Order: sequence, then C-alpha cells, then structure tokens
Amino acid sequence: MYEFDLVKPATLTEAVAALGEEDAQALGGGQTLIPTLKQRLASPSKLVLLSGIAEMQGISVEAGVVSIGGATPHGVVAAEVAQSYPALAALAGNIGDPAVRNRGTIGGSLANNDPAACYPAAALASGATIVTNARQIAADDYFDGLFTTALEEGEIVTQVRLPVPEVANYQKFVQPASRFALVGVFVAKFADGVRVAVTGASEDGVFRWSEAEAALSGNFSAEALDGLSVEAEGMMADIHGSKAYRAHLIAVLTKRAVAAAV
Amino acid sequence: MTKVSMTVNGKAASGEAEGRTLLSSFLREELGFTGTHVGCDTSQCGACVVHVNGVAVKSCTMLAVEAEGAEVATIEGQAAPDGTLNTIQQAFQDHHGLQCGFCTPGMVMSTAALLKENPKPSEQEIREYLEGNICRCTGYHNIVKAIMAASGQDVSAIAAE
Amino acid sequence: MPKDSGIGASPKRREDVRFLTGTGNYTDDINLNGQAYVHFLRSDMAHGRITSIDTTAAAAMPGVVRIFTGADFEGVGGIPCGWQITDKHGEVMQEPAHPVLAQGKARYVGDAIAAVVADTAEQARDAAEAIELDMEELPAVIDMKAAVQEGATKVHDDLTSNLCYDWSLPEDNKPAVEEAFANAAHVTTLELVNNRLIANPMEPRVAVGDFNRATGDSTLYTTSQNPHVIRLLMGAFVLGIPEHKLRVIAPDVGGGFGTKIFHYAEEAFCTFAAKALNRAVKWTSTRSEAFISDAHGRDHVSTIQLALDADNNFTALRTDTYANMGAYLSTFAPSVPTWLHGTLMAGNYKTPAIYVNVKAVFTNTVPVDAYRGAGRPEATYQLERVIDKAARELGVDPVALRRQNFITEFPYATPVAVEYDTGDYNATMDKLEEIADFAGFAARRSASEARGKVRGLGVNCYIEACGIAPSNLVGQLGARAGLYESATVRVNATGGLVVMTGSHSHGQGHETSFPQVIAEMIGIDESMVEVVHGDTANTPMGMGTYGSRSLAVGGSAMVRATEKIIAKAKKIAAHLMEAAEADVELKDGAFSVAGTDKSVAWGDVTLAAYVPHNYPLEDIEPGLEETAFYDPANFTYPSGAYACEVELDPETGKVSIERFAAADDFGNVVNPMIVEGQVHGGIGQGIGQALLEGAVYNEDGQLLSASYMDYAMPRADDLPFYQVDHSCQTPCTHNPLGVKGCGEAGAIGSPPSVVNAVVDALQSMGKDVTHVDMPLSPARVWQAMQG
Repeated sequence: MYEFDLVKPATLTEAVAALGEEDAQALGGGQTLIPTLKQRLASPSKLVLLSGIAEMQGISVEAGVVSIGGATPHGVVAAEVAQSYPALAALAGNIGDPAVRNRGTIGGSLANNDPAACYPAAALASGATIVTNARQIAADDYFDGLFTTALEEGEIVTQVRLPVPEVANYQKFVQPASRFALVGVFVAKFADGVRVAVTGASEDGVFRWSEAEAALSGNFSAEALDGLSVEAEGMMADIHGSKAYRAHLIAVLTKRAVAAAV
Repeated sequence: MTKVSMTVNGKAASGEAEGRTLLSSFLREELGFTGTHVGCDTSQCGACVVHVNGVAVKSCTMLAVEAEGAEVATIEGQAAPDGTLNTIQQAFQDHHGLQCGFCTPGMVMSTAALLKENPKPSEQEIREYLEGNICRCTGYHNIVKAIMAASGQDVSAIAAE
Repeated sequence: MPKDSGIGASPKRREDVRFLTGTGNYTDDINLNGQAYVHFLRSDMAHGRITSIDTTAAAAMPGVVRIFTGADFEGVGGIPCGWQITDKHGEVMQEPAHPVLAQGKARYVGDAIAAVVADTAEQARDAAEAIELDMEELPAVIDMKAAVQEGATKVHDDLTSNLCYDWSLPEDNKPAVEEAFANAAHVTTLELVNNRLIANPMEPRVAVGDFNRATGDSTLYTTSQNPHVIRLLMGAFVLGIPEHKLRVIAPDVGGGFGTKIFHYAEEAFCTFAAKALNRAVKWTSTRSEAFISDAHGRDHVSTIQLALDADNNFTALRTDTYANMGAYLSTFAPSVPTWLHGTLMAGNYKTPAIYVNVKAVFTNTVPVDAYRGAGRPEATYQLERVIDKAARELGVDPVALRRQNFITEFPYATPVAVEYDTGDYNATMDKLEEIADFAGFAARRSASEARGKVRGLGVNCYIEACGIAPSNLVGQLGARAGLYESATVRVNATGGLVVMTGSHSHGQGHETSFPQVIAEMIGIDESMVEVVHGDTANTPMGMGTYGSRSLAVGGSAMVRATEKIIAKAKKIAAHLMEAAEADVELKDGAFSVAGTDKSVAWGDVTLAAYVPHNYPLEDIEPGLEETAFYDPANFTYPSGAYACEVELDPETGKVSIERFAAADDFGNVVNPMIVEGQVHGGIGQGIGQALLEGAVYNEDGQLLSASYMDYAMPRADDLPFYQVDHSCQTPCTHNPLGVKGCGEAGAIGSPPSVVNAVVDALQSMGKDVTHVDMPLSPARVWQAMQG
C-alpha cells in the first residue's frame, strides 16, 4: 500500500468535511478497498473511516420498508432482517465468507458497485432508495455501469431503504474462484408488479430484465418465463463463462428464483 | 507513525503503526504474535483470521488503527495458560485436522466463531462456513471431522483413521 | 486390534501442538537483527527487451539501501538445471542460461528485472516503482505448438529453436508399435490437455539471507523441501560458496507439493545481497507474486492412441505429448515429462508395445516443474481416459476391460524401462468395488434423477513410481544429482535417541512417524526418539522430500543406521552380560541371552557406551552414533483403484462430487492416520485439477488466473468425505520397511475418475460427448452439452 493518513470521524458532518479534501477516500468495511490498496491500484492521500459514525449504523423496519445504515456489516443484516426481509437476509448471509461479512458493509458495496456484487441486485430489484449525506437517489437512477454510480465525489451512502416485497428470492451462481456472483438474479414481487435485477452478467453492470418483469407481473410463475431469453450480446465473458453461458444462466436462475419465491 | 493500543488475548499491547499498517502485520511484526499467518493478499485464504471484539475478521484486511482499543484474540491465546489445548485444538489433533499447520490458526479461529453461533453445525454448515479458509493439505476431510467432534458430535461413522 | 505404538499405530502427531498454538517457526517468523527487505521489480511483459534501467531516482528514495540489476550479476552463475535429457537422436537438450536477475531480456510476466533493498518492505516497494525502466515489447510465444513452428519467435535468441528436446521411449519400440496398430481390431484415439496448475502451498515462499563477516559464513533461511539440495545448487553453481561456508535452514515449512523443491533466484539473491551489504536481507512473497514466480505444474497437450485386438486385449499404445517448460528450465523440469511420465505409460496393464514421444517447449510463461505427482498424473490421466473411451466405444464395462488387461505376475518388466516389484491390481479393484458400493449406484442414479440431476460413475486405476530412486539409474537418465537419503541416529547416554535426517517434513508428520519405526526396532517408547531435520548444519547430506520418497528412502536410511546402532549395542550388551554376541537378543527394550535369565536394559547399554568403565574398549569405540546413506535398488510402485460419483446439474453444467473412494496399495504402512491424511489431501488436489483449477494465459502472455479471485482453489464445500482404504498391501521387496510411499497417490489417481464420471453422466443423458478438458467448470460442461 501507498502511505496515507487516516481520520476517524465520529459524525457524518466530520466525515463529509474530511472527504472534501483532495484525494481523500471513504473506507467502509474495507473488504474491497484494502485489497485494492494492497495491489497499489488506488492511492488516496487520506482514508476516512466510516465505521465510527453512529448515525450510519443500525437497521429499522417500518411501514414495509427496511432501512439499513450504510456502515452496517453484511453479517448484521443477515441476522437482523431474517424475519422482515428473508430474501435480503439470505443474500447478505452469502456474500463473501463469514469473516468478510463481519466487516464488509452495505454502503461500501453499493458505493463500489462491483458488477459481480450481490447487493446491487437486491437494491435494484427492491426499488430501494439510496440515502446519502446530500440526497436520496432511487436505485433505478443510482447504478451507472461497472464500478460507477450516481454518487458525487465525497458523497457517502448513509442509509439504504428497501421496500419489502410480498415475496422475493435471490439465486446466486458463484464464480468458482472468487465466489462472487458469476450471475445473480433477484426477483421481487410487489403488489404493483415484479422487479427482476441481474448482477454478474452484463457489461453494463446490474440491470433489470424487463421482459421477465412484464411476464411475471402478469403471471408470477416459473412457466411464465418459458421461451424468454436474454441476448448474449452485451454480457461479460471471461475464463469462467462466455457471454452465451451468462445469458443462459440468467434465464435458469430467474426461473429458480420465482419457483423458490412462490 | 502513531501509537496503537489494544488488548491481545487479555493483555494490553501497544506499538507503532503507519496508517497503512495491516492488523496482521501489526500483530506479527510489531507485537510478535507470529501465529497469525498471511497466505494471500486478496482476503480469501483465511490464515490470518483473528477475533476483534468477539467476531472473526481477516486481519490482513483490516488496518491496525481500526483495532485501536479493541479486544483481539489470536491463536496464541486459545490454549489454557498451562498449555492444555482447548476443545477445538484438541479435536484438530485427535482427528489429524492439520498437516503443514499454516492454515491452522485461521481454521481454529474460524471454528471458534462458528461454534459460538452454531454449537452443533451439520457437515454442510461446516463446509459452507469454511468458505473463507483455504487448506491445501488435508482435502478438508479431517478438518470437517474435527469440527464435528469438537462440537460433541459422533464422528465414528465417518471413514475411520 | 489396532496397535497403540510402533509400526502400524496412529499416535497423535507431536508437531501439531506447536501448530495449534501459534508457536510454529515458519521462515517468515524469522527476523534477524538489522535485516533489510527486498522487493523485486518484475516484468509486466511476457517478452521484452530491456532498453534502459535508470535507478537514480529510486536509489534516492527513503530507506533505500541499494538497488541491484542484472548488471550486478554479470559473472555470477545462473540458476542451474538439475537434469539433462538426451533426446531421441542422442543429442542433449537445449539449455538456456537462467540469470538471477534478467539480463537484456525479460521472458515471462514475473521475470525479476531489478531488486530494491530497503529498510522496510514498503519502502522497497515504493522505490521499485520509481525505477525508470524502458522495455521494447517483443512478440510473446505462448502456445506450445505454435512455438515450435518454423519461424516462431524464439524465447532464447541463442538457442536454435523453442524446442528443448524431442524425446522418445523407447525409440526401438516404434516399428513394433506401428505394426500392432496396423493389425489392431480397434483403435481409440484421444486428444487431451493436462491443465496447467499452480501448487499454491498456503505458505508463500520466503527467503532470508544472512552473512557473518567474522567467519565469512553465509546462512539462508528458506521455505524449502530440501535444504541440502539448495545448498549444493546455490553454493556450487550460482554463488561459488563452498558448502562448509554455507548453511541452509528450512524450518517449519507450510506445504510444498513440489514447488518448494526448486532452487529459486530469490534465494540466491538474498544470500548474495546479504554478503554484499553485510546485512541480513529478507524476501516474503505475496500470494500475487507467488502466482507469477513459483514454478507451475503439468501443462501437457497429448494425443494418445490405444490399440486392441478382437478380444479387447491391449496390444499397443502410443502417445505424443507437448510439455511446457516455460521460459527457463527449473531445477527438475526436464525429468517430469520424460522419466517421470513416459516410464509410467504402461500403467497397470500388460500392453506389450508402447511408444512415447515428448516434445518439451520453451514459452514466455513461468517455468513449469514438478507438482504433486509430477509426470505420473499426466501419464495416468492419458491412459485411464483412453481406456475409458475405448470401453465406451466397444460397449464393454470399463472395469472389466481394465481387469482383463491387468498385469498379474510380478516382477513385471514394462516395455517402458521400469520393473514393477509387487502389486495386486485385482485386489485393489475388488476393495474399491466394495467401499465405493458399485452395487448401489443404480439406486443412487435414480435418486439423483428424481431430483432433476444426472449422476455419473467414473473409475480408474493408477500406478506410480515413487521413492525416487537408484542414483546409478537416474544418473544414466540424466540426473545431475544422486538420489539417496541419509540419517544419523544419535543415542544419548540415558537412552534417548535423535534422528538427524536429510528428509524434510512440511506437513507429512515425520516427527511422529519416524520415531514409530525406531521405537519398534528397539522396543522402546516413541517418546524416547526425536527427529531433527531441515538444517544443513546438523543433518547429514540428504536429498530431501518429494516423489513420495521420505519413508521409502529416508526411512530406510534411518533403519540402516538403527541397525548399526543395534549391532553395536549388542556387542556392548554381550560384554556386560559376559555372553557371546551371537546369543544376544533385543526385545522390548532389553537385551537378553537366549536360554538364560541374563538381561540388561537398553538404558544400561547406552550408559555404558558413554561411561565406558566396564566396556570392550579394545574392540569398539565408546559412543553410540551411526550414520547411514541408503540408495534404493529400484523405484517403489504404489498402485490403486479410485472411483468417483458426480452429480451434474443439467441446466447449469455444475458438477458436484457426491462420493469418492480410493483403494490404495502402499505396501506396509507405518502410521495409518497420516497415510490417510496424505491420500485425502492428494484427492483434494486431484479433484481441484479436475473441476476447478487452471492457470490460464492470454495470447499476450498475461496470466489471467493470477490470484485466488480467478484461480479456483478447492474449498471445503467443493469436496465430500472420502472413503479410503489401504488394506491391500503388497510390500515393496527391496527396502527394509516394505513401504512404497503415499504422498502423491491421491493427486495422481483422482483426476481421471472425476472426468470419467462426468463423461458417464453426460452420455447417460444422451449427449454425444466423449471428452471434456479439465478443469470441468460449469461453463465448460454446459458448453459440451450444447455441442
């Protein structure tokens, strides 16, 4: 790692001020950023630790919305929303490994927007609202391609508000080495329709599979997806899977998610 | 350099760290707890697992400064003061759950965390929980068996030794 | 009733206590006073000409002690290769220079170009980034078949081509093999790839060089399987340090699997720099660095053909292999595809005519050398896959086809230069059928089907040549070293013993198993025996641990030394009991005279040896310490039969291992617990090769699988519990323990059964798939299903 200064703000206001400095960067749980720093792929002059900010911790559930503080680790989400939003709990409980889940945070994951991460699928399928120190951003407006979001320089994800669907399920097909999603599909059925978000697959990052949503909104069953497929063009390809394979997996996993949710 | 203080295995410990000093480096090089090992740099192998404030973390993926004031538990603090192995350590020895020993500290610390939240895990739960701990020697057979034994389960039906 | 001590018992491992309490002493745990740290600037180009290196700015960075480049090593020896192959035309192989730091050209991504020594590791890395390096990128040679085409870019300008050697075994067999193929009733042909692997012991490599100016002695602490070999190669060939001025210590080593056999440039650098700087120099590899600097393994592309007569007897076999050497010749690289591969091509079968051809090729990739099994997995995979394919083509039971062609009479001289001493392949297959429960497979297949899954069963046999090996034979085959092993057994006055062995334990548990042998021989408690290994200063010259040789060769040396101890102790006992030496017996730790009640305890005799008041000084010297060097008469030939059951998800192509059974014949077994652990670990790595692992380069020579993010290491949830059995025992006839070695069997024996099982599953669902190359990732299996 390159050398950097560390600050540990106790409040959001202090954190925002610290992030206003040149080349300052926020450090959530560090489960992605620290390995990145080790490879010397980033060179912040200052790291601003978010873990000490009380207002970014904690989970609350009211009026059918689960609100999760941006600095909440995956392990805490997995444990605490098990009743209120089981599909989200299952997703959180299967990110990385147990030690990673004790450090990595939902805010960090959404700010990083790794194209193979799980949380973006949950946020997009749930129609979540990403709350920052400055504003509220609808998930549909938030994700903007690989490792890119609507966040401005220095903007912090302080909370994520996820409307709880009637039923939902996340199917993750792991990349055998990293155990990230080779493809992950989150299906969420709301009273006013079904949302299907796909991670791991597209060259443009997480996306909604609108054809499937339309079919499922009319008939929420696996059979409703018969004959639907995703174009291989635009999918990612690497040593773990071709474009066609990823496209194929999307259809398979979406059906499985629906079957599991019904 | 800043001074970092923490409690390691119940005793106060402090040393100097840069902002970029990892907890694993701090434990190994500054405090001399070389039982915590570093086997990768992508946060996957788990040889570096320690407990910070009661939860398992990868000490190679946490800055030393982040553990300021924390209670840290490492492999060196697992046996009784007279050297008697704890239940997990003893099960690993009894069931040949280690060979070269390099991944072992992380395996033992992860097992301790697992059994704390799930005192009688099934074979499948154990295998899934060990996703972040890589062993290259044992093929995991005897590790899983040792963990089942450490949690008081009968392992006599699992291929004999 | 299992024994509770001695040979055949499974005492708990004594080394475990330190590993379980964090008190092991691995190389990275060693920190010397005032040590500096080195960071290597490595090439990010697969092939490039170094046009300039300016270290001025970097040298001025904080903490920098000195920066070394290739120029500092002009006149210093290169990294030697320990094996010279003579090709099928009688010519010796092409052998390029292998400098410690690149001279003029970098030849693979990871090739070290400069070394920065600084006060801290981070400072060294900071300064390495400030080195101004200009390189002209040259076309990279990655594909082996392209590399040996006329006009291909040469990895080494001073060699005639990228062909290291074109070897065959035996060339004289070629006409007979061709005739057999011409007369065959059926010929099965299979093209396959033995995927390139990275050994990945969990402890990355570390080297600490030290120099004592007062004595002129150099010391190297290193993560090695064979410290004496490192001392010899580095001292004699690289740095010109006589062995008595060079000490190599390999303390606790966190796994080896072959990749820690070899002498690496980083070891030579740290030793060299410590002397140049009069300061200890430490290098700790990161895992990322390990991926591009540890020798890789396997990487063969083969075409194999099996000829059968009308009764399905194997009549001939021929195989053509391209073997990747990488950019330079690592220590034992040339021997792997030749003498450790071609000689095993008979397998367990009495095929009368065999011809093996191997072309070893230089490419712009990390050097390739031995990885667990080394050559034998590649041979077994080809053979057991082609037999399986033949059985399917002929519509016969793959097990029956194997049984029909088994070698059943021993000793058996194969057509490929080796002679098997013992074995009973039907016995291991019988045992396999029992423990794998072949009878229950149909029901399990139906149960899988009911879950929407497809089950497959794969079986294979294996044979390996272990306990490598007779020095005079390997010398004829091109080894530049002997392959004996040594032991000094020192008995203390109070009766305890210390064994100083040239074998090295890095997970194998020698500290536990070696004492079992001595305790059994003398009839004393194992706790009276201690093992010392890993330090050239206090162990006799030995060749170290690889090729499943420690007990077969090192253990035999220990037995020979102990026999000398017992012979001398009997002389002393005879004197003490005033009896004839020939009448003295040793049993249960006491000497007695047959037919009398005279007896002296072991401890009385050992005390007399060191307090020789009442002692036959005119006949024998005081003291009780003996050394033996053991050079085996032959390889050993462990064998076995393995079975794998997989379940295939027809929608995703994902394969899961549902059952795995291994029936091995290791000859006699000293510690069954340790033996089973070795088999488990080998199977884990073999399944890893079959399903998960693969080192992949792109056409530019960039390693795409350069971390655990892309190189899939087997995890606990990828693997099942294994059924293993070693009750079939045909003891080795030529070593005193009758042991054969068990370290590599699992890795050799398991990949074919996994692939055979997947092919079985695919065919059972009506797919016309006869082969899928490893690793059988979900994507690959799915792709195969589409075709």
